[in-house]
Amino acid sequence: MKIAIIRYNAGNVRSVTNALNRFGVEPIVTDSAEILNSCDKVIFPGVGEASTAMKYLRNKGLDEAIRGIRAPFLGICLGLQLMCRHSEENDTTCLDIFPLEVKKFPARDKIPHMGWNNINDLKGPLLQNIALDSHLYFVHSYYAEVSENTVATTNYIEAFSAALQKDNFYAIQSHPEKSGDVGQKILENFLSL
Amino acid sequence: MLTKRIIPCLDIKDGRTVKGINFLDLKDAGDPVALASRYAADLADELVFLDITATVEFRKTLIHIVEDVAREINIPFTVGGGVSSIKDASALLDAGAEKIAINSAAVRNPGLIDDMALEFGSQAVVVAIDSKLMGDEDIVHVRGGRTPTERKTLLWVKEAENRGAGEILLTSMDHDGTKAGFANDLNRKVGSLINIPIIASGGGGEMIHFEDAFLIGKSDAALAASIFHYNEIGITDLKKHLYSKGIPMRLS
Repeated sequence: MKIAIIRYNAGNVRSVTNALNRFGVEPIVTDSAEILNSCDKVIFPGVGEASTAMKYLRNKGLDEAIRGIRAPFLGICLGLQLMCRHSEENDTTCLDIFPLEVKKFPARDKIPHMGWNNINDLKGPLLQNIALDSHLYFVHSYYAEVSENTVATTNYIEAFSAALQKDNFYAIQSHPEKSGDVGQKILENFLSL
Repeated sequence: MLTKRIIPCLDIKDGRTVKGINFLDLKDAGDPVALASRYAADLADELVFLDITATVEFRKTLIHIVEDVAREINIPFTVGGGVSSIKDASALLDAGAEKIAINSAAVRNPGLIDDMALEFGSQAVVVAIDSKLMGDEDIVHVRGGRTPTERKTLLWVKEAENRGAGEILLTSMDHDGTKAGFANDLNRKVGSLINIPIIASGGGGEMIHFEDAFLIGKSDAALAASIFHYNEIGITDLKKHLYSKGIPMRLS
């Protein structure tokens, strides 16, 4: 199985690579559209700021490449947000895979939402055999609204999309690669798709 | 519900974990990678690595320890100590750290907070503050807590937040190493001023101190070192105790 991790300027490539290595999988880290299209799975990690990341993706032509991928695709954290239509973070037009607005959490509680929180309303193959109320590790100041693409929800200030799915595109707001055994199981689910 | 976090801190010197009493008199507490694995298995929510000698001796944090830890454990960790540029921070993030703590460098050059927040996002920027009571004012100290500055802690935390810090790691030097409880008054005061999470640090010696850090100090996370290093309190036991007191905790 060939697993690609998209190389760009906002990836926590090392953490995701380490998590895959724990399954005995050695991912290909690449920014080549051709290689991405030849892989069985593609992971789109993300730690960073939306506008800087999108600018880089556009300059490299990776925005078009990502939209064209037909293999199972997993966006993580900022990856999920970049897969939405638009982010309030520096008013950034994103990839529009999910027709959703990414909003900043209202300042009724501490921001970022940082730490372990539970997930609910679990649907679909990514969250298969994950117990309700399992805790995952989140670090983010922006969130995607709950929509028909939502396959897991979490509550922090607002209910938001903890995971999304549309066709072959999956996305998760938390960091499964840093979420202990539960996160490891979610990655295993993705690798089994 | 978002849980409160228990964070073991690994102070690193020359590749080994050490814990100072009031930042001096360093004792060896072992191999950081082995300790990190033990803590992750024991349900630590996060780890913090501080290269405590980096600022003083102008050394950079040991990247290879970060790489080894990142390979071994699947919980998040923060790295700090001697980080003074985007380049330093970038190298540590690339090595597998989630967040970067900056301390003295941010005091010297507060614009570093803005720059890091823009480059990596606020969520990756932890501003660590060593605070000590001088007269009736809490004053920021630098260089491993050795040198007082002109800055008042309560003003500096606010400035750090405004510049884009994602979290404050607040060490009370008056409490650090005493095992007599966290600086709950200071933490609560700071918490009322800012809208980003606070990690309470310094003084945790018994389970009730952690209970107080959350219920009285209103901290989001509590950090300790030696009590975990020397197995005086088990992390899972501590979390079960806190959960029984109504504090949200991750227990599996």
